[in-house]
Amino acid sequence: MKAKIIVTPKKAVLDPQGKTIANALEQMGYKGIGAVHVGKYLEIELPAGDREPWRQQLDEACRRILSNPVIEDYHLEIES
Amino acid sequence: MNFAVLQFPASNCDQDALHVVQNVLGHSGRLLWHKENSLAGFDAVIIPGGFSYGDYLRTGAIARFSPIMQAVQAFAAQGGPVLGICNGFQILCEAGLLPGALIRNRSLQFRCEHIYLKTASRDGPFTGQVPEGKLLRLPIAHGEGCYFADDATLEKLQAGSQILWQYVNAAGEATDQSNPNGSLRNIAGLCNEARNVAGLMPHPERASEEILGCADGRLIFESLLSWLQDKAAKAQ
Repeated sequence: MKAKIIVTPKKAVLDPQGKTIANALEQMGYKGIGAVHVGKYLEIELPAGDREPWRQQLDEACRRILSNPVIEDYHLEIES
Repeated sequence: MNFAVLQFPASNCDQDALHVVQNVLGHSGRLLWHKENSLAGFDAVIIPGGFSYGDYLRTGAIARFSPIMQAVQAFAAQGGPVLGICNGFQILCEAGLLPGALIRNRSLQFRCEHIYLKTASRDGPFTGQVPEGKLLRLPIAHGEGCYFADDATLEKLQAGSQILWQYVNAAGEATDQSNPNGSLRNIAGLCNEARNVAGLMPHPERASEEILGCADGRLIFESLLSWLQDKAAKAQ
């Protein structure tokens, strides 16, 4: 089993990396793209078994350490 | 007075901070490894700059869960003064001891230069000895010093005079040009509501002696010292 976590900056937070990448893409000829948001992707390996207890624990971990709720949103998925 | 200077893996301003405490101010201090869990016997805590835990995940994110930070939480809750410098400021924000967060500089550049700071509030342990109207010239050295908080938090900080220091130009004006990292409202440092916990991105410990080209940083340490001495005198 595996947890996949995507952490992205909140929309209200400045994302200079995303802006710089958007500019680079535009210059390379990829016209018409919208804003780019740069985040983090975490994969956590889990032993096989019941997903729900892991979801609860990792959801808490996302709020406590894996993301900073002041500046980031997260998306947690657990797949077998 | 007795100062604790915290030391995490990859702290790198710990010795400078201890040097200021011991050799510039002439007080006692000790380095406290992150695995220690007591602040008994200390009057103040300095969380120094560096790249604790390699800045992995987010700056300060992992340091804030170390054993010594649990002791800092308790120390701060009892009103003990805590000063976070650069990475120390980032750790205090991650720990929730200060509001907001420090994110990548708007320019994406690591900025290493001298800046001017205006002291926006002289109330509390960290700014009382800064003469009215005096601009502090201090060095900065960071890649993630852009202060961010939502509008409601910013309004609260402003209303409560919790913004202690702002980046300004030589004329004392908080302009976009004088803001090295894109911090909202040019915030360089702030304190909590109780005013006993403060953080700032500039490095006062690197500018506390004339031989280093500037001694303005000393005013911040002297403010803290004077506040501690007043508190001790009142307790007697």
